[in-house]
Amino acid sequence: MEIAKNLMIILLTGILTENFVLSKFLGICPFLGVSKKLDSSIGMGAAVTFVMVCASLVTYPIYYGILVPLGIEYMNTIAFILVIAVFVQLVEMVLKKYMPPLYKSLGVYLPLITTNCAVLGVTLLNLTKDYDLLESVVNSFGAGLGFMIAMIIFSGVRSRLERCDIPKALQGAPITLMAASIVSLAFIGFGGVVDGIFGG
Amino acid sequence: MSNWKEFTKGLIKENPNMVMLLGMCPTLAITTMAANGVGMGLSTTFVLVCSNIVISLLKKVIPDTVRLPAYIVIVAGFVTFVSLMLQAFAPDIYSSLGMYLSLITVNCIILGRAEMFASKNKVIPSIMDGLGMGLGFTLTLVLVGSVREIFGSGQWFGITIMPDFMEPMTLFILPAGGFFVLGVVIAVVNRLMKKKPREIGCHNCPNAEGCPGACDKANSNGGEQ
Repeated sequence: MEIAKNLMIILLTGILTENFVLSKFLGICPFLGVSKKLDSSIGMGAAVTFVMVCASLVTYPIYYGILVPLGIEYMNTIAFILVIAVFVQLVEMVLKKYMPPLYKSLGVYLPLITTNCAVLGVTLLNLTKDYDLLESVVNSFGAGLGFMIAMIIFSGVRSRLERCDIPKALQGAPITLMAASIVSLAFIGFGGVVDGIFGG
Repeated sequence: MSNWKEFTKGLIKENPNMVMLLGMCPTLAITTMAANGVGMGLSTTFVLVCSNIVISLLKKVIPDTVRLPAYIVIVAGFVTFVSLMLQAFAPDIYSSLGMYLSLITVNCIILGRAEMFASKNKVIPSIMDGLGMGLGFTLTLVLVGSVREIFGSGQWFGITIMPDFMEPMTLFILPAGGFFVLGVVIAVVNRLMKKKPREIGCHNCPNAEGCPGACDKANSNGGEQ
């Protein structure tokens, strides 16, 4: 019971209170770049969630099985980014060969993910928080879902924005950032929700 | 003379984050204080200059097909170096930048300059380009950081400058304030430079070549193809 509660806290924290995009500022480029349509938001969110979960599954044994015994923990950034880059390529090839329908819906987003700071960020975060394998996976899943929810909400906001008459200097990136600011403001409202549910 | 031009273009005219809209994550994340902006900006400048040097030296050695992973490894090496140095000599900055220091690795400004400039030019222009872009990045970080620190906590570089009766607006150092201040700064720059409004997307992303226009493709196709 205690474990399940702990995992629920990690999951909900990742989705709501410490949302990766809106409070940690990771993965801003895809958040602002690919959120124009609902379909692409869902696709990108799903692809990021998938890669995040797999990346934390892969990097955990590499860190505790190779880097720690050799005493070269400081190499974690290099090791992780390499693993993520290779892994994304591999996923792309496997999907293309064996699961063409899935490749069609997620394939476009995969090249964007290699240099996505959210994926490297979540693996590094798992280390700084000392999560074990199960907690790491749950945390990555929560972070990915949080990313997807933020993307979906924001795509709705943007489809409204497109029909607005915006002052010239604010068109393009500025108004997008300001809209993101208001969405982020809404997520501040979730502060304390997780503690409230589980009694702190 | 032309080297000087490579240097100055990064400061204002092609400023990496205010004009080219790159490297948004660190610009938003660590600018709660102006001092953080200086630390982050100078670290990024160092990594950018070093990686530009190495990449322009190795541009004939690195095979074209694996150039992005090769660049990432070079950049990651310098990032590790910088974070070890900061940990040893500037532990305060190290702890306030935290995870974002490691994330310089995937900063698209660095990969972008590697792809767009260093892989096509000689060493000296690449150094100037790296310096200019890095200092332009630092400039934006300090600007956004100053606005957020002054309004959000009534201080500038840790010195209290707002009078007592002014209540600091905490909103500015919250994430929402970061998005808002950056939006306003970009709007002002657009107005002053009479630039055409820009969207964040492939046409100004230097990585677009590496990931064959994935953003635009994703936007135009949606999920169904």
